[in-house]
Amino acid sequence: MKKDRAPARPAGRNPLLRAVGSLRRAYPVLLPLTIVCIIFSAIVSSIPALFIQRVISIIERYVDSGDWAGASAEIMPMILVLIGLYVLSLLSTFTQTQLLAYMTQGYLYKMRCRMFNGMQNLPVRYFDTHKHGDIMSHYTNDIDTLRQLVSQSLPALLQAGVVVLVVFFIMLWFCGWLTLLILLGVGAMFLVSRKVGGGSARFFVRQQQTLGKAEGYVQEMMNGLKVIKVFCHEEQSQQGFDAVNEELFGDSFRAHAYANMLGPLIMNIGNVLYVLTAMCGGLLLLFNVPNISLSGMPIAISIVVPFLNMTKQFTGNVNQVSQEISSIVMASAGAGRIFALMDQPPETDEGYVTLVNATVDPDGTVHESAARTGRWAWKHPHQADGSVTYTLLQGDVRLTDVDFAYVPEKPVLHNVTVVAEPGKKVAFVGATGAGKTTITNLINRFYDIADGKIRYDGININKIKKADLRRSLGVVLQDTNLFTGTVMDNIRYGNLDADDEACIQAARLAGADDFISRLPQGYRTLLTNNGANLSQGQRQLLAIARAAVADPPVMILDEATSSIDTRTEVIVQRGMDRLMKGRTVFVIAHRLSTVQNADDIMVLDHGRIIERGNHQALLEQKGVYYQLYTGAFELE
Amino acid sequence: MIRRLARCIRDYKAPTIWTPVLIIGEAILESLIPFIIAELVNQINDGCPFETIVRYGLILFGMACLSLCFGGLAGYTAARAAGGFAKNLRHDMYACIQQYSFGNIDRFSASSLVTRMTTDVLYVQMSFMQIIRTAVRCPLMFIFSIVMAYVMGGALATMFVVVVPILLFGLLMIARKAMPAFHRVFRKYDRLNEAVEENVRAMRTVKGFAREEYEKEKFAAASDDIRRDFTRAERIVALNSPLMQFCIYFNMVAVLFFGSRLIISSTGAAINVGQLSSMLTYGFQILMSLMMLSMVYVILTISAESAHRILEVLEEVPALRDPENPVETVQDGSVDFDGVCFKYAPDAEKDTLADIRLHIASGQTVGILGGTGSSKSTLVQLIPRLYDVTAGTVSVGGIDVRRYSLQALRDQVSMVLQNNQLFSGTIRDNLRWGNPDATDEQMEQACRIACADDFVRAFPQGYDTMISQGGTNVSGGQKQRLCIARALLKKPKILIFDDSTSAVDTKTDAHIRAQLAQALPQTTKIIIAQRIASVQQADLIVIMDGGRITATGTHDQLLQTCQIYQDLWAQQTGGATA
Repeated sequence: MKKDRAPARPAGRNPLLRAVGSLRRAYPVLLPLTIVCIIFSAIVSSIPALFIQRVISIIERYVDSGDWAGASAEIMPMILVLIGLYVLSLLSTFTQTQLLAYMTQGYLYKMRCRMFNGMQNLPVRYFDTHKHGDIMSHYTNDIDTLRQLVSQSLPALLQAGVVVLVVFFIMLWFCGWLTLLILLGVGAMFLVSRKVGGGSARFFVRQQQTLGKAEGYVQEMMNGLKVIKVFCHEEQSQQGFDAVNEELFGDSFRAHAYANMLGPLIMNIGNVLYVLTAMCGGLLLLFNVPNISLSGMPIAISIVVPFLNMTKQFTGNVNQVSQEISSIVMASAGAGRIFALMDQPPETDEGYVTLVNATVDPDGTVHESAARTGRWAWKHPHQADGSVTYTLLQGDVRLTDVDFAYVPEKPVLHNVTVVAEPGKKVAFVGATGAGKTTITNLINRFYDIADGKIRYDGININKIKKADLRRSLGVVLQDTNLFTGTVMDNIRYGNLDADDEACIQAARLAGADDFISRLPQGYRTLLTNNGANLSQGQRQLLAIARAAVADPPVMILDEATSSIDTRTEVIVQRGMDRLMKGRTVFVIAHRLSTVQNADDIMVLDHGRIIERGNHQALLEQKGVYYQLYTGAFELE
Repeated sequence: MIRRLARCIRDYKAPTIWTPVLIIGEAILESLIPFIIAELVNQINDGCPFETIVRYGLILFGMACLSLCFGGLAGYTAARAAGGFAKNLRHDMYACIQQYSFGNIDRFSASSLVTRMTTDVLYVQMSFMQIIRTAVRCPLMFIFSIVMAYVMGGALATMFVVVVPILLFGLLMIARKAMPAFHRVFRKYDRLNEAVEENVRAMRTVKGFAREEYEKEKFAAASDDIRRDFTRAERIVALNSPLMQFCIYFNMVAVLFFGSRLIISSTGAAINVGQLSSMLTYGFQILMSLMMLSMVYVILTISAESAHRILEVLEEVPALRDPENPVETVQDGSVDFDGVCFKYAPDAEKDTLADIRLHIASGQTVGILGGTGSSKSTLVQLIPRLYDVTAGTVSVGGIDVRRYSLQALRDQVSMVLQNNQLFSGTIRDNLRWGNPDATDEQMEQACRIACADDFVRAFPQGYDTMISQGGTNVSGGQKQRLCIARALLKKPKILIFDDSTSAVDTKTDAHIRAQLAQALPQTTKIIIAQRIASVQQADLIVIMDGGRITATGTHDQLLQTCQIYQDLWAQQTGGATA
């Protein structure tokens, strides 16, 4: 749907601008309002200089007479105006900070959701080719840099920019000479910030990278901790860690050292500037140098004193900007990575054939039904004449001359042809790497075939909407993934409409009911951390129950029972046989015992089907399967 | 808590101490500068000669340079101290984790340990730096500025009596309210990230069930919940800035009003224009230092949570320790279980293993069969002392395993785990885990026994092929065979296979077993298996059920006497006779 947008966007577009752009789109009203508030309070906070100048000049006129009554008549109105402005400024600061807090979190929420939603639509290939730790860091570190950017760096930058600009004009109003001097000082500060701040930013970015590296190292070692123990490899693993740790220290230390030094540098350039301003002011007063200013006022002490304060203000604001440099650089890098994830082309889905509830008339015609009927049909709209045909979902899967390669130069499957009629059990046997799992990856379109055809109930699967295609296929994988939640929730994952009774029924079917009811809280036992407190076999039983509750016409069992011992497997097998009844089933297994009762057994070798037939026929053929069965031959 | 963490400063004591010292110097200078400047302004005001201005200027310039030196150096030492502290913390944590027994590891999850070692340490590093810099500097600046304000402004400085308590009270209230809100939301935030991780890991399942939309809704709900909580917390903190502004404005108005009245009514005797302007500066500094202090307070309380999580890692007592005067040599490969009972948690109701009595002679091949949950794996994990028994004893070479040094014991008991793992690096690197000094010849030999040599050679880079993280670029069967080769390189007296050929073809499996029997006749081999064929030739077959040994014997004996075994045999060979 957004296919044409991706290339239209130049790859090199500044991620910072994009981040700001998406913020603007998210808050078209609140953002400008906030900006106005920031500008207003920035202006107010920079004008006291004007008042101080006026008050001091009044003081100078009255100081010798000591006439407070006379002076207060002139000072009081000014102070009241100041108070008025301050009240307004307080209001706007309050509004602005509250709005910022609200917008920052709202923005992060939107970015998180956009990222997550985009990620759900990415093809499986993306997850197969990216480290999970790297994907995770988008949600933690990178998002955090955006928070810093929106809540702090950008407002600080805007605020400081406005103050500097206003103060600059006030300075010009008072005295051009001193303004020139301060401009020189500010130039020096900018040079220093660029040098030191840039160094700090560079090392902060590097720190982030080494942190990722350390994370990866620790993660890998943690996962393999048991292996480390068994091999007494603690020392080596510690050495490896210390090396990464030292690197991390180096980057982190440099980043902070630069950042820490930036403050004193700027502030003390400010101090020197302050002194120079005082000296120059003194000189100007002493030698009565003609003033150049917008106001045309002559040089007076009432100009020099507020000027000194303005110097402080200038310095303070430049310092503030310089402190934000590293977080802006980091936000830019973080935003770049976030947008890179968002820009990933989503899994394309041109499918238009959908799965609908159906009723069948006695004469065999199929109708779409709004209610759940227990029968399903493929709804196939034809673009040519606008007509719609319905095909009853039966579970007939045919692969014809399928070729496939994960990477173009390394073909994995050649000319694979498989016919699975409804209710038939098709088994794939072969060595690891022969391409068994790849075939199932193609049927549910985790990957798309390079050449050939796959038809489901006579429909090219490319025409079927992916979600509907996958809904009609139940997959039990070798590695079981469970979600945080109760056992019941995990079974229900297969069919969100299933009630508790249906879930328990499915668990019984899979043979999982027995161990579940022995868990401390039965079906309400909370599973965390991918069901770490269950054995591999128990997790697989849950996965089977999950597929059972989905009740699909086609099942793919990819080594589903590999981690279950043969005794338990008998129990599971019985359940599975019940489960498989009336369904088309693809079975991948190492154990020949698992596949013996298949209607059709495909022997795969290096991506080719070298033999096919049922158990009996294959044995009689006395080919590879026979040798495999009798243990005389190995497929690798 | 602080004392335990402070121990990690170690070799970074010098910068840790220098930082506050330098900061004090900087703070003193920074409060003196406005004082001198006020003098200068007054001098200018009085129309002093140019030389006086230059003299003051030079003094100030010198002070600025000195302050820069102090400040810059302090920044450097602070970064070094904090960075070093963090480095030592990570080192200690990693060292601690290395000492953990399996029991300890099971308590923490891997990803939680990773966060503790990275994010949590970063937080603590930041607050450590804040403590030695800001926490020293701010109170100092506060006191100096107050003193100077009194010195210069006299009566005028009394207004700080009004404004300081207001600010202090306000800041404290905000921190008080915000803190618990943040604690809550951080915990939720952790859970959100765990959910994302879970989703990424289970992507095939998500897509397989076409649950993308469901996952999106789930995530949006959780994420929105966090947004609301975070917004609430941040809005409380956002009150800081108007509060601070109020105090600065108050200060400004008060100084201008009372200051000008004081000057005029005393005809410049009590206070002069220069002092007036310094009062503004000091006022700003006083308020600023309070503000910074409250920020430090917030950072500290937030990182206290992190510090606590770090301490949990550091203070976890390893359940297994080397005994005093450990035995360093394992005599032979005999194994004895004598009345062994075992529970994973002391409060577990049922024993995972109950009353295990078993003698395995050195050099024997033992097969262990049993259903899921029959505790086969648990049983063998007691041999290299990955867990300690709850009751009874496990002996290797006739000596209780608890009397060996762990290194000596585990060097002689090699175990191929069920969930095995290769590490990123070349195949050669991985094999060297078994023996760091292994020659190519030895490696190839081990690989030949494990039937791995052929496929390794088939890789374009052979033994130098890179294994990616988690070993995803080799198949399950190949991984298992490499793991077996790795274990063989240790040349152990006892070799344990915990269902470690499950992904290997029957033929290869048989081949490996034959090779093992031939190449390592002296080694005790304990094989947990699913298939009877894998253990049929064993000297002893142990049948386990529900944490107990139900039968032992050879294949022929068991076929005669054991019902479970007969069933298994019938079931596994049924196809062949059919």
